Order: sequence, then C-alpha cells, then structure tokens
Amino acid sequence: MSDLTALPVTELQAALASGETSAVEVTRAHLDRIATEDGDLGAYLHVTADAALQRAGEIDAAGTAGTGLAGIPVALKDVFVTEGVPTTSGSRILEGWRPPYSATVASRLHDAGTVLLGKTNMDEFAMGSSTENSAYRVTRNPWDRDRIPGGSSGGSSAAVAGRLAPFALGTDTGGSIRQPAAVTGLVGHKPTYGSVSRYGLIAFSSSLDQAGPMARTVMDAALLHEAIGGHDPRDSTSIDTRVLAVVEAARRGAGGDLSGLRVGVVRELGGEGAGEGYDTGVLERFAEAVALLEAAGADVREVSCPAFDLALPAYYLIAPSEASSNLARFEGMRFGIRVGDDGSRDIDEVMALTREQGFGPEVKRRIILGTYALSAGYYDAYYGQAQKVRTLISRDFSAAFDGVDVLVSPTSPTVAWPIGARVDDPLAMYAADLCTLPASLAGVPAISVPCGLSEGLPVGLQVMAPALADDRCYRVAAAVEAALGAPLTDRLLERAA
Amino acid sequence: MSETLVEFDDVLTRYEPLIGLETHVELGTESKMFCGCSTTFGAEPNTQTCPVCLGLPGSLPVANAAAIESTIRIGLALGCRIASWSRFARKNYFYPDIPKGFQTSQYDEPLCVDGHLDVEVDGRTHRVEIERVHLEEDTGKNLHVGGATGRIHGADHSLVDFNRAGIPLVEIVTRPVPGTGAKAPEVARAYVTELREIIQTLGASDVRMEQGSLRCDVNTSLAPVGSLEWGTRTETKNVNSLRSVERAVRYEMRRQAAVLDAGGRVVQETRHFHEDTGSTSPGRSKEEATDYRYFPEPDLVPLAPDAEWVEKLAAGLPELPAARRARLQEEWGLSGTEMTWLVNAGALGLVEQTVAAGASPAEARKWWLGELARRANDAGVDLPELAVTPAQVAELAALVGEGTINDKLARQALDGVLAGEGDPRAVVAARGLAVMGESDELVAAVDAAIAGAPDVVEKVRGGKVQALGALVGAVMKTTRGKADAATVRRMLEERVLSS
Repeated sequence: MSDLTALPVTELQAALASGETSAVEVTRAHLDRIATEDGDLGAYLHVTADAALQRAGEIDAAGTAGTGLAGIPVALKDVFVTEGVPTTSGSRILEGWRPPYSATVASRLHDAGTVLLGKTNMDEFAMGSSTENSAYRVTRNPWDRDRIPGGSSGGSSAAVAGRLAPFALGTDTGGSIRQPAAVTGLVGHKPTYGSVSRYGLIAFSSSLDQAGPMARTVMDAALLHEAIGGHDPRDSTSIDTRVLAVVEAARRGAGGDLSGLRVGVVRELGGEGAGEGYDTGVLERFAEAVALLEAAGADVREVSCPAFDLALPAYYLIAPSEASSNLARFEGMRFGIRVGDDGSRDIDEVMALTREQGFGPEVKRRIILGTYALSAGYYDAYYGQAQKVRTLISRDFSAAFDGVDVLVSPTSPTVAWPIGARVDDPLAMYAADLCTLPASLAGVPAISVPCGLSEGLPVGLQVMAPALADDRCYRVAAAVEAALGAPLTDRLLERAA
Repeated sequence: MSETLVEFDDVLTRYEPLIGLETHVELGTESKMFCGCSTTFGAEPNTQTCPVCLGLPGSLPVANAAAIESTIRIGLALGCRIASWSRFARKNYFYPDIPKGFQTSQYDEPLCVDGHLDVEVDGRTHRVEIERVHLEEDTGKNLHVGGATGRIHGADHSLVDFNRAGIPLVEIVTRPVPGTGAKAPEVARAYVTELREIIQTLGASDVRMEQGSLRCDVNTSLAPVGSLEWGTRTETKNVNSLRSVERAVRYEMRRQAAVLDAGGRVVQETRHFHEDTGSTSPGRSKEEATDYRYFPEPDLVPLAPDAEWVEKLAAGLPELPAARRARLQEEWGLSGTEMTWLVNAGALGLVEQTVAAGASPAEARKWWLGELARRANDAGVDLPELAVTPAQVAELAALVGEGTINDKLARQALDGVLAGEGDPRAVVAARGLAVMGESDELVAAVDAAIAGAPDVVEKVRGGKVQALGALVGAVMKTTRGKADAATVRRMLEERVLSS
C-alpha cells in the first residue's frame, strides 16, 4: 500500500471498503506523520492519539470501515466544543477546559464513524488571517515553512495540506476557511449561513460564523460537507431544509462541462476595478482560471457590485460588536482560568485580571472596538450604519444573481506572506479578507479552489453562489480542478519526492 | 442617619405624585426560556442547569414557544397591541449571576405594546396605561456566605445558583400614572393586585411575591402642584408584598417632599425598600452609570406572531377578573361597596366556590366575611390559608339551614374542622353537636326549668312574656347549647301559658 496519508478520502474509502487497509492503519499512518512533522509544522493543539486508535479499532471491529466516512480520520479546528477533549479556541483563557458536551457537527462526524485525530491551531477566537494570534504556537505553511498557513483556520489548513489529516473542519466568519485554503492549495467551502449547525461552535460573530470543510479535493470537501450539514433544532438560525446535494454537484462538475453556466467576474474584486493590494501573480492565475471556465463552456461577463468596497469597514464594526458581547462570558467564574482570586480582590477585579491575562492583544483590540461601536450615542453611527451596508451588499448580490449563476474572484489578494510580516500592521492583516468578506456579510455560500501557483505558492479562485445554492460552488470548483488535471497539493508530494 | 419625612397629608398640599411600575413575572412554563431545563422551585442548587443556561462556550439559545404564548396572552389581557415583528436583544453587563455576560431581553421591539389596566380605589377608577410587555430571562441567584447580613459586604465568599438562570420572565411596564393624588400609594397597590389576579386567572404564573415569582419596582416622583413638568423619579426595588408596594410609595412621597421642601434636588437613583422599617435607602449608584449596549440578539430569529394565531389566543382568554366581578355582583345582587369588601378581604373566589358547593350567596358571604375572617385575623393568616374548604363551609351552612345545628353549634363544628377532625357532618356526629329535637331529655329539661323558677312562671303568666327569656336561658344552659332556642321557647310557651 502506498503512503496512506497521500490518498484522497475517496481512495481511502475504497481501500477500506475492499479490506486493503484498515481504519487502524489509516489512523496510525496519520498519527505517525503528526509525530514526525507536527513539532515543526504546529498544526495541532491537541492530538487524541489513544482515543483515535481505539475508535478506529471499534470501526474495524464493527466492519463498517469504508461505508460512508466510517474509519476516515478527521481533524477539528479547536473552536468546536468536544466532550472531554480540551477545547481552547486558541485562547489562554480556556486553558485546561474540558467541555461537558460536543458540538453538533462533532457529534455528526462521530456518528458517521470518522476518527478524530485532534484539535487544530487557530487564531485566538478565530480573530486573524495568519494563525499568529494563537496563544499557543506558531503554525507553518507546508509549502514554505517560513510563511503563514492563513487564518484563522490555519491549523486545519496546515494539517490537511501537510498530510497530517485527510480533511478537516474549519470555521469562516470573514474568510477563515477560504483564505487559509487558498494559501495552502486546498479546497475550502463556507456554506450558506444557517445550513450547518453552529451549536457548540465557540462564537466569534454569531451572525457570520459558519463551519465548513477543508480538503485536498473538491469531492473530499463535498463528502465532509454532507456529513455535517442539515437542520439542527439546537440552533435557532439553522435553516430547516434538505441537506444540500453537494456530492452530486462535485461529481457533475468533475465532468468538466459548464455549458450554459453564467459566470460573473466581480469588477470590484480582482476585476477591472480591483484596487491596489493584489499580487500580480494572483491576478494572472485568476485571469487564467476565468479563461478555463470559458473554455469549459461558461458564459463569462463582468458585473459590478459597488457596495462590496464597503465590506471591510462594515465587517470590522459588526464582527467586533458581536464579539464584544459573545466574549463577555469569559470572566473566570465557571470555566477556564481564573486570575487573582486570592481573597484580597473583589469580583470586578478578578474578572478584569482574568480577562487581561487570558486574552491576547488582537482579541482585546476587537472587544474594545466592538464595545465602542455598541455604546449609547454611537450605536446608530457605527453598528446601525454597518447593518445598512450589509443590506446594500446583499442587494448587490441579488442584483448580480439576477444575471449570472455564480460570481468569481481571487480568494486572497496575495499569496502566503512570511511569518511576522504583518503582525504589527492590523490593517494589512485585515486586508487579507478583502475578497471573502462580501459573501460572509450576505450569508451566501463561497468556495475557494486552487487555481495554480504564483512564486511557487498556491493561489485560490473564489466561487460565490446564491443562498442555498452551495451545489453551484462545488460544480464550478470541480470543473476547475478537472481542468487543472490534479489536486494542487500533489505538487507538494512531487517536491518531497 | 434617619431621613427627614413630611407628614403624608402635608405632602399633598404642595406636591402632585406621579407613579410608575415595572413588574417582573416568572412564567410557570415547564422548561426554561432558552433550554429544556426544569423550572421547579426549590431544587438543590445548580441541579437544573445545562450548557445553555450556564452560558458554556458554544451553546446557543432556542426560544420557548409556551413562554411566547403566555406573554402574548398577558398582553392581550392588558389590551395591548401584539407586535407583528419582535426581536430579542442582548443587555450587556458583567455580574456573576448572569452566565453569558448579557441578559437576553427585549429592547426597542417588544412583543406587546400600548395596553391599559383600570383599577378602582374608593369608588374611583384610575386608568393605568401599559407601555410594554416584553419577554426576557431571569438571572441566577447569588448567595453570600460568612457575613452577618447575608449581603455581599462582609461576606467571606459568594456562591451562585443557576437553577433560576434562564427562567422566562415577563416584564410589564406602565406609563407614568398621573392624577392619583393622595391615593397614589393605594393605586399602586391596587394595580399590582389586579395585575396579579389577571395573571393568575390566565394560569401564566403562580405570581407568588414571597417566592419572587412576581417582583415589583416602583417609580415615584413629585412635582409642585400645578407644575407642567414631571419631577425626578426614584426606582424602588425589593418591594416584596402588596402591602410593601403601598408603603414604598408612601415613604418615597414623604421623603422626596422633605428633600424638595429643604430646597434640595431628588437624585435619580435606584433605592432599596426595607420591609422591617418601611423605609428606602439608596442602592449602588454605579448601576445608573451602566451602558447596557443593547443590540439585536443574533443567535435568535425574530418573532413574527401570526395574526390568526393571536386572534385565536384572544378568543381563548378566560373571563378576566373585572368581568367576573361585574357578573358575580349582578348574580348575587350586591352593591358596589359590598363587592369591594368581598374583594378587599380576598374572599371573592372563596365565596364563589362556596356558592358553587351549594350555599346561598348571602350565607357564603356571611361565613367568609364574618366568622372565618375573624378566625383568620386571630391566627394572623390570610383567608385561603385557613384549614377549611369552601365545600366544608357550604356544608356548615347547610347543617344550620336544615336545623341540625344552630349558629353556636356551627362555630363548635368549625373548631373541629379547623382542628382536622374531618368534614362538618363528621364533626357534628363525633362531638354530638346536633340540635335536640323534642326528646325526653329536652322535655325533662324544660319541666325542670319551670319547676325551678315558680316566680318567673308567675311573672309570665301575669303578662310579662319577656321574662320567659330567663327560662330559655336556663334550658340552654342545662343542655349545654345543644337545644334549639326557638324550639325551647315554643315548648315553654305551651307549658306556661296554656295551662
């Protein structure tokens, strides 16, 4: 058997089903690779090695390995609550906390027979685009270990690109699945808001957060998506609708025929109207990807969404506002660390000390920003105004989707940057989300699919679709993947060889 | 330092009071507002909790449909307009008894608005306008251990019980009520009394002030008589009984008048009512400075009550207290004053149930406002707490009506009932209380009385018929009250006058 960590999930399924390998072997292969690589790569915060082998053994014993996702290892971003397994959301404030319950998506994956390898590193409370805001460790990009793996789901992207997991879950609030997927050569999808349960996902910005898959191929991402999707009565914002048929869409798209599909290139996002800040190489790969779509039969035109230019300021008011409230529960009373409770301080001081020492600088920055934006006298000017912009962005999407089936743009304006390059420049860091923010604010689905290399580093194409039309994202992504011939991450294997 | 107070009657010569009330009612739903935990009162601390009501990371709320329905029914009973679009909002502040760092409440988009409640005080009707009725969640309860007072200052440490956290809470807010004058304290009390009764009638809550399932904040302000502007108000909390509502308003009026008389300025603040002294003292002024940073709760979808459903709820409302009082007054043929007595004594329901058990309205009323009111007063309890049921009272009335016992024996039978000896008939039998018929025993007693008082017999025969009373008394004494006085009189007349 070839290296089990090099196989896509679809091939692992076949190998498990035929008895060519076992869930224990597949799990052990990934644990071995974690053992040798993760010290340097830094993808994981917590590896559940023993539990994984035990679970894999159970799956083998039950004889279900290879049916659906049974026996396939998976990694979860540490933002998902997992019963009995340390969960930190990348923050010092939750150090040592073992949750008494599991997120709905974690339970669904468990019930599907997947094997949890561990929890992956992330920017603290999912705030960041490089995973450098983690309170625990640096995560490196497998393509160039001196560069960032994107963020905030950078642990998941590094793990999957580096073959320390076949696929992984991330979460996306303003681009935190798509951007790390783009800069590590992965497929990453942010589902329609409300189509994947948020129960047990430690909230950053409730009206934007959405869990989604990260994988090396479009089909692998679709398989993971179908396993976690669907209505959850524990999440009031969960849409009560059928599970989206994304696997079927990925299969259909792999045929490579996009005849009749109307594709809009967003003028404001890497199109003619793109401003500064885009790498030339990124724009070149993007233009080539658009040409590929045309060659596959798509009808490509340019569309304008003027309100998208306002997405960045609107996002940086709405997300911090909600975060300032969502993070209020971390005050050391019921879980996580408590600082200064030595009998000499009153409760306000203990809460303040706990938060002062438990939160990192970026989290504090956003709490202050959000607290200010929600304050009496400023609410209308900031939070209220940002919500209006959000409505305008949704209208731009609606108008655009009257004429086209999907919208495309680069996922990230740049390739992965060197570790440390933007840590002292929050605005430069925020600019990494320029292309991903509109879909977040409108709640529509968007996928990032690899479309080549620039300076030897991956570039992603973003495909956005109307709400609940996630299948279109997968169809187009699969067609791009098919046109490029092989998953981009295969190049990493070639390099290693 | 005790406050300077102005005599109450004196206050009214110079100032007009304005009152307003905010009432919190814990709904009697099976489960909490945003999770499936039980709401039973009195359970071991922190046994009725889950990730949601403990505010654990990742947990999400799901709104309780029964609580929304109850809130709408309360709104309808108060004549409110039910919003077709309503949202929850987060009220952000730090305190250990709010697990999420915010309370899920409603802000500018409440479920019910613009209602009213009419209350009557001394024959005059006061309309209390309801500004809003909204739905929120209760907080946990702090327990301060190791101090002398049970308050946070001086405590050794504090514990938090989250059983109460997340119980659905309806807040009913009035507009300022003008024109109450000297009756302001009574109007405030009458409002809470009537509101309590409405909610009880709806079955939405057990509204027990002593258990905190109905809590009241009383706003009071004074303005010089004739002034066009309102005065500065204070908000008095910890008002835990109907009587306290009245006392709190009275005290604040007297205190504020003294402040204003001295040329001072009433401070807008939260004050704490003290049950023992009937006074108020300032709360933490810090609370006033809080900016709650309200914003729409993004974890919950907006509420959009369907108009047809609301109509159905309105049609299904039970008869409300005011309508019921009017009907019973009519049915029982009472005057307004008589009805007021009945209501003020808290006896309306008891009388109604007694009538339903077969007593006449007059009998039932006589019992509850007379003998039973006296017993309750002696025991220092409210009427419903007496160990006698309306059915038992009806039975007592029936026993008297059929002549089995007289009023005096009935009181003895009641003693037995209250002592737990069983139903009236059983007590009468066990204690041998039945009125004597013309038995041999009674004949013997009558004859003995005549034989024992020849002088009296002579007087009666001589025309002083009223002297017969002495003979009746003698017979009643020998029979220890078991004889029927009218029967005894007739037997005496037969024997003394006709021979």
